[in-house]
Amino acid sequence: MIYADNAATTRLSPHALEVMTDLAQNAWGNPSSLYELGQRAQEVLADARSRMAKILGAEAKEVYFTSGGSESDNQAIRSCARLGAAKNKRHIVSTAFEHHAVLHTLKRLEKEGYEVTYLPVHENGVVTAQEVQAAIRPDTCLVTVMFANNEIGAIQPIKEIGAVCRAAKVPFHTDAVQAAGHVRIDVKEMNIDLLSLSAHKFHGPRGVGALYCRTGIPLYPLIEGGAQERNRRAGTENVAGICAMVTALEDMVKSLDKNAAYVSALRDKLIAGLETIPHSALNGDRERRLPGNVNFCFEGIEGESLLLLLDQAGICASSGSACTSGSLDPSHVLLAIGRPHEVAHGSLRLTLSEENTEADVDAILQEVPRIVAYLRGFSPIWQDLESGRSQHLL
Amino acid sequence: MALYSEKVMDHFLHPRNVGVIEDADGVGEVGNAKCGDIMKIFLKIDDGIVTDAKFSTFGCGSAIASSSMATEMIKGQPIEKVMELTNKAVVEALDGLPAYKLHCSVLAEEAVKAALKDYFDRNNIPYDPAQFPDAPSCASCEMH
Repeated sequence: MIYADNAATTRLSPHALEVMTDLAQNAWGNPSSLYELGQRAQEVLADARSRMAKILGAEAKEVYFTSGGSESDNQAIRSCARLGAAKNKRHIVSTAFEHHAVLHTLKRLEKEGYEVTYLPVHENGVVTAQEVQAAIRPDTCLVTVMFANNEIGAIQPIKEIGAVCRAAKVPFHTDAVQAAGHVRIDVKEMNIDLLSLSAHKFHGPRGVGALYCRTGIPLYPLIEGGAQERNRRAGTENVAGICAMVTALEDMVKSLDKNAAYVSALRDKLIAGLETIPHSALNGDRERRLPGNVNFCFEGIEGESLLLLLDQAGICASSGSACTSGSLDPSHVLLAIGRPHEVAHGSLRLTLSEENTEADVDAILQEVPRIVAYLRGFSPIWQDLESGRSQHLL
Repeated sequence: MALYSEKVMDHFLHPRNVGVIEDADGVGEVGNAKCGDIMKIFLKIDDGIVTDAKFSTFGCGSAIASSSMATEMIKGQPIEKVMELTNKAVVEALDGLPAYKLHCSVLAEEAVKAALKDYFDRNNIPYDPAQFPDAPSCASCEMH
């Protein structure tokens, strides 16, 4: 099997697993208990918080542990919205291609009376700091722009956007779920006020994440019931999972440059190979791109059938076609960068990690062109394109 | 549990009746590229019997399997019988489809009927237009 869907989830690292099982057995007390067993868990947790803070360039008291990226996004956005409402500010700036954890929260806030500006995205999948600046109004209470896009891997100018927000005194949140562990992050240097991350995107366990929230921005608890996480997130802490997350992230950050060089070389070989398929196009910027992300549109075919055939060949990938989402619309990300519906249905996302090899890339490059040609062979759209009855879009 | 039944996977991986019939007696094309599926069905009709059927489909696994199954079900059948084909029968023959994929079977039924209508039109055979309602399955896509 070739696993090329690392943006969906990653394999738990053996080191993280070792930490998790060790702590589940040896530090299983409740960190809120006063006896030795509980206090040991408390120490382990405090240590994990300091280490996470160090990785992000934050203070320990600015790190909150959550259940994952979605919860962190929800809490960050809701907190700033609430803070804004108290000052009669109900306008939020975001982009058209955020993750649904952000978009759906914003849609809900719109129903509650907030106004949201969804900045359009350039064809290369990037928004600029100038565009963010122009959208900020006196009643803006939050800017939320993802660090790197989950589908097309486009990395946003986060430091510049952060600077614009800082100057306008508007809190800046970034969903860094796809970026953490893969590109360098420093919340202070990058002017980030709130940041979400999720452990299972960098070889940590499922169900654990973190929210960085700069001192001075009061978080509003989504979950009530206890004093954990300094009253901001009730629930007995998942000590083993949290420590496994921090371990996985430390390991990734330690070898970040080496991994990025290795994985982006595989990525570029894959992109170059797929580009030889006629009437195909790379989605997202070539340079400002996550090391492992490859995303293509192939004209005349539909993504789900491509995925099923790749699965038959032992290759795990994903697509932004409507049929893979259970909705009628293809990926909002591909539509946001200007791909027409009919082209967006024929998309393929391959996301590599440092566990992939050149042999994996060679095997993918054997299979994808063969399957695309096979599906085009009985596609009425392709027949119309080839006979000249309709015009190629790619 | 797998996304699709073994039957669906069999028809998806080994589609029957793939291709075009150059001198077809009736051709039906339904669906919309914007929605992500188009089905085109070609019929050869002799003496009131569908003697051959082929398809070209742009779509997901269940769209391809539904096209394959529908062409299998109508081959060798008299026109009156083919007119009775329902999407439900296609779904049953495939041992079921996920709920959000049922429209693929609707497209298969509509494509077969569009091909029959084309045959009737070409040969000035009278028919009740009520039997060929406008394809509603893509209505929600037209809003884009």
